[in-house]
Amino acid sequence: MSIDRYHRQTLLPQIGTQGQERLRAASIVLIGCGALGTVIADQLVRAGIGKVRIVDRDIVELTNLQRQVLFTEADARDEIPKAIAAWKRLGAINSDVAIEPVVADVHAGNVEEIVGGASLVMDGTDNAQTRYLLNDACVKHSIPWVYGACVGVEGRTMLVRPGVTPCLRCIFPEPPAAGELPTCDTVGVLASAANIVASLQVVAAMKFLVGESSDSLITLNAWSAQIRSIDLTDARRADCPTCEARQFDFLDRPANHLVSLCGRNAVQVQPSSKRAASDSSLLAERLSSAGDVQTTPYFLRCTLRESAPLRLTIFPDGRTIVHGTNDPTRARAIYDRYIGS
Amino acid sequence: MQIQVNGEQREVPEGTTVRALVEQFNMKPEKVAIELNRRLVKSDRYDAPLKEGDQIEIVTFVGGGS
Repeated sequence: MSIDRYHRQTLLPQIGTQGQERLRAASIVLIGCGALGTVIADQLVRAGIGKVRIVDRDIVELTNLQRQVLFTEADARDEIPKAIAAWKRLGAINSDVAIEPVVADVHAGNVEEIVGGASLVMDGTDNAQTRYLLNDACVKHSIPWVYGACVGVEGRTMLVRPGVTPCLRCIFPEPPAAGELPTCDTVGVLASAANIVASLQVVAAMKFLVGESSDSLITLNAWSAQIRSIDLTDARRADCPTCEARQFDFLDRPANHLVSLCGRNAVQVQPSSKRAASDSSLLAERLSSAGDVQTTPYFLRCTLRESAPLRLTIFPDGRTIVHGTNDPTRARAIYDRYIGS
Repeated sequence: MQIQVNGEQREVPEGTTVRALVEQFNMKPEKVAIELNRRLVKSDRYDAPLKEGDQIEIVTFVGGGS
């Protein structure tokens, strides 16, 4: 591998050739590849991180293109999973980096396996629950992670070094209740704000990887051009349930099998047990009596004849999105009827 | 006494604590981070009275990102 392509980066006294080697030796897991995640993945891959695992549960949609920098209209038209679309695009930008796309929903049952072996975990998620779950998994396995979030024109970011700096629950002990906070789907998001937050997350990641750390909580208002950095020295809580008592409430909580996808008129259903991958052709055959079945390399799609306008998107791991309803009970019933529990 | 909250001057009674101030904004202290004079306040200091001229920022949790 020629290091020449990183010349403008190794020129920086903050990085240098030694720093570049450290970036190359790093293995990063990125959870979520949306507004934050696409910018994070783009910058990490261009910077020459050794390995990047990109995990996302969604498919590219036209409304993503306002801010999610790696995707194209063709990705939306062809309904490519975001992790796959990002992998294809970034592979063409830097073939030096080992990129591993993972199309999956991150939940209590798989998060520890997903973040396992990472030098650092990056938060590109879109909800509070997954962030508290990441905090649990990363503190439990002593993996540093970079919290980052954005909604409207505001953002937050913070590097968590387990056992050294405050964890998410040291700072925000209680997670918000479902529906308590505004989301990008309900109040919108300024692409520029997301880009700034993601960039600050990558700076925190690169500093950490080259052996320099800044322990602060950064708050951003992109519209009024205000960035504040709050000093977190000595801010770990002696009574933190996560990093002091090592009580992992979010990991221990059973995974929620039904998640209503905000603003999408769809419900995600998780199977209670792992479905074998070989089931999919059988399933396609079985579903063809119930509706029109379309098979792609990434999922199976069925538009139900009798329950129009319902559509099912079934991923190889059995995870299913029921489109056309917001009602989890109805979605579960449809899932049980057509796919089986 | 005069203090500054999220960049704005406010008059609050003597002896007002961080907890009381946060509750005035209809927020739960367990769900926000409080910065006092540019340092994060630990929750065991929430019941200490504020002083004239203190600068407070109430930092809410942000959960979006998609």
